[in-house]
Amino acid sequence: MLPLIRAAVLDNGLQVRVAELHTTPLVSVWCWYRVGSRDEGPGLTGASHWAEHMNFKGTVGIPAGEFKQFIDRFGGFWNGYTWIDQTTYVATATKDALDPMLFMEAERMDRCLYAPAAFESERTVIISELQGGENDPDNLLDIEVTATAFTSHTYRHPTIGWEGDLRTMSRDDLHGHYRRFYAPTNATLVIVGDVDADDALRQAERRFGAIPARETDRGVITAEPEQSGERRVEMVREGTTGYVKVAYHAPAATDPDFAPMLVLDAVLTGAKGLNVWASFSGPAPQRRARLYRALVDTGQAAAVAGSFVATADPYLFMVSATAGDGIAVLELRDLLLAALDTVRLEGATPDEVDRAKRQLRARIVLENGSITSIGHQIGFFETVAGSGVFDQLVSRIAAVSDHDVARVAARYLSTHNRTVGSLQPA
Amino acid sequence: MTSTPTALRGLAPARECLANGVTLIVKPTATQPAVTINATVSAGSLCDPRGAEGTAHLLSRLLDRGAGTRRGEEVADFLDLRGVSPSITVSRQTTSVTCDCLAEDAEAVLALVGEMLRTPTCAEGDVQVCRSQVLTGLRQDEESPAARALDAIMPLLYGQDHPYGRPPRGLPATLDLIDRSRLLELHAAHFAPRRLTVVLVGSISVSAAVAATTRAFGTWDVRAVPHVGTDLSPLSPPPSPPANRRRVIPMPAKSQADIVYGFTTIARSDPAFYAYWVMNNVLGQYGIGGRIGRSVREKQGLAYYAGSVFEAGHTAGTLLVRAGVNGDNVDRALESIEHEVMALARDGATDEEVARAKRYLLGALPRSLETNAGIARFLQTAQEFDLGLDHDRALLELVDAVTVDAVGEAARRTLVPAQAAVAIAGPYEAS
Repeated sequence: MLPLIRAAVLDNGLQVRVAELHTTPLVSVWCWYRVGSRDEGPGLTGASHWAEHMNFKGTVGIPAGEFKQFIDRFGGFWNGYTWIDQTTYVATATKDALDPMLFMEAERMDRCLYAPAAFESERTVIISELQGGENDPDNLLDIEVTATAFTSHTYRHPTIGWEGDLRTMSRDDLHGHYRRFYAPTNATLVIVGDVDADDALRQAERRFGAIPARETDRGVITAEPEQSGERRVEMVREGTTGYVKVAYHAPAATDPDFAPMLVLDAVLTGAKGLNVWASFSGPAPQRRARLYRALVDTGQAAAVAGSFVATADPYLFMVSATAGDGIAVLELRDLLLAALDTVRLEGATPDEVDRAKRQLRARIVLENGSITSIGHQIGFFETVAGSGVFDQLVSRIAAVSDHDVARVAARYLSTHNRTVGSLQPA
Repeated sequence: MTSTPTALRGLAPARECLANGVTLIVKPTATQPAVTINATVSAGSLCDPRGAEGTAHLLSRLLDRGAGTRRGEEVADFLDLRGVSPSITVSRQTTSVTCDCLAEDAEAVLALVGEMLRTPTCAEGDVQVCRSQVLTGLRQDEESPAARALDAIMPLLYGQDHPYGRPPRGLPATLDLIDRSRLLELHAAHFAPRRLTVVLVGSISVSAAVAATTRAFGTWDVRAVPHVGTDLSPLSPPPSPPANRRRVIPMPAKSQADIVYGFTTIARSDPAFYAYWVMNNVLGQYGIGGRIGRSVREKQGLAYYAGSVFEAGHTAGTLLVRAGVNGDNVDRALESIEHEVMALARDGATDEEVARAKRYLLGALPRSLETNAGIARFLQTAQEFDLGLDHDRALLELVDAVTVDAVGEAARRTLVPAQAAVAIAGPYEAS
């Protein structure tokens, strides 16, 4: 599913992956760091995301005002995102931009300024981002359900952080977070596109090789204890529409149950594929999915969706439903729970499992249609799961049986493993 | 995998016209064993009968709910088994069905798309379900300051009576009036072979594409449609703007306010289009930032997003500046937006800004043509606005020819604060 990948490790510990693809005169550079909201302690929630913002605001070699224009001049696309396990930066541009892109990422890894004025200006930008998210009731419920599902693991707080921490965090706190996690030993550089692999590796060595090796103190993350009873979140907010979410603790990417859970998610809500970056571009094929038929076709819900992605530690399988026109939220909640309980008790039919596996196969091909998406997949799995996991996933999915799906449904969709949330419009 | 990069030799797609008037554009690529099907009919929400706004949009929701001899469940089975999730979109001028599928499924999926566009069933039960879904979507948007501000700006810019000022998804009251017969009437009146352009991009040969398209659409009887409304009336330009077009939608329970500050601009066919394109990039192209992004976000830290979007259609389009800010900062953000707008109109852009914007727009072209879906979108747009099969190459010269003076003229012609319309939704009340 992916092109041939050249792997190398620089002397300072930086992992480099290069894939040649000559179908378009472009190159995509991703730089991944093993730092996300899971790595944030009290008072520092949101630091990884805030650091991502600051890392566009000037380095020793690139003045603050020029950082975003650095790639624009090549017609390039650039972005970055932070989630629970990872922070990543991407630029895709014409191939003559490869060296500037590598220079920019090398600067970002070691020489960001964190100027006090820029830090304060960005504080209000991030609070604005948080408040924009609060405008979405579905997002509010998601945050509450996730915070309730986890009692101990740092997955419990949102990636953007709690507003109190965003208001009190100091520049030195944030800079310390940056210095702690931005190091060659904690990063993976991915280059995909119209390049010669040997030449690209040489260029990477030239730009990154001088960055000193430094061990990263990743600290200790408290493992989430097994949930021993159902938890409920009931929100009432001014609004027009009701939402329901059910979250189950679910296996990590390296767990043998990961592939069967992907198939179970596809059975219930349609296959999203494996690329959290490309999946933004379109909805899952789900018209024959179990929950769509039970809730949307019957008019109980206007929409239903599932979320299950690869993570470093066990995270959540979350099912969401939006109440249909004139449907009471609590009625929808009970219908959704009943449908999930049926799958827990009876598993899925052979036809459902076969369709889910076919969907996943097609989605994995379709979601890798650009060098940017391919670069994401190489770096994403390398960062959250380690080498080799993605390569094996296609065959692992193909090997999933009806029995496997029934087994993971019985194991993970249990009452005591779930958190049920509802948001009723007032 | 090696081949001559597309950008070096141009897309050079093939175009065929079937006997019944269907246009086919094919671009074989070798990036992956997949094909993008983009089938677009020149019939969108402008076809909505007055008082029945939302008809074309509701029809689009029903296209994959049963068509030809296939019941809705069969269509769903067919698509789900192949991992295909059609994207069906409606603009004011067009209805498009786009499917990414494995190459091995392309012909079968195209045949289904043919049935969806030619003979949608629109069963009563499905009409009810889809209407209910649209109503829920409208209700959800009532809670979204961004959606409320955006919905409010179009009637402010074009007036309630202009086709662009009407709500494309309808209103609860108009949706109640739309039944199966109204949907089928709109379909019969406006969906015709000569209004259809099929673009196929991916792992498919031109000959296979022609054969598959002929099987899917070749028997669509040109005499059967349309019996009324063969062509839409030419769109009138927007009315002269009255002063003080401003609407505030108080939403005190929300955390953030959304601002839309907009102008009407030019049609896609206007020779000044490329100067406007460059001008918008300088002002605040969304995702790039430009002057507005630098002022509102980077310097003042007022907003997570702040930028501008320029769109030109079959009549005067829009240039919309958008920002999401805390309610306490709305007035300050508006002042900053207005300051940047006036400065660009008064002083024009600098040589460096124009050169940088042109470099960006030209450099971004290969990126927009990187995927099958991106190529299909580009070719479909070129067809809609009659830009030519070589538009990807012509575009380079057209952008390169834009001068600093032309950008300044575009700014002076359009960025007149007294003619701006402003919509604000969120925790804000006008002072």
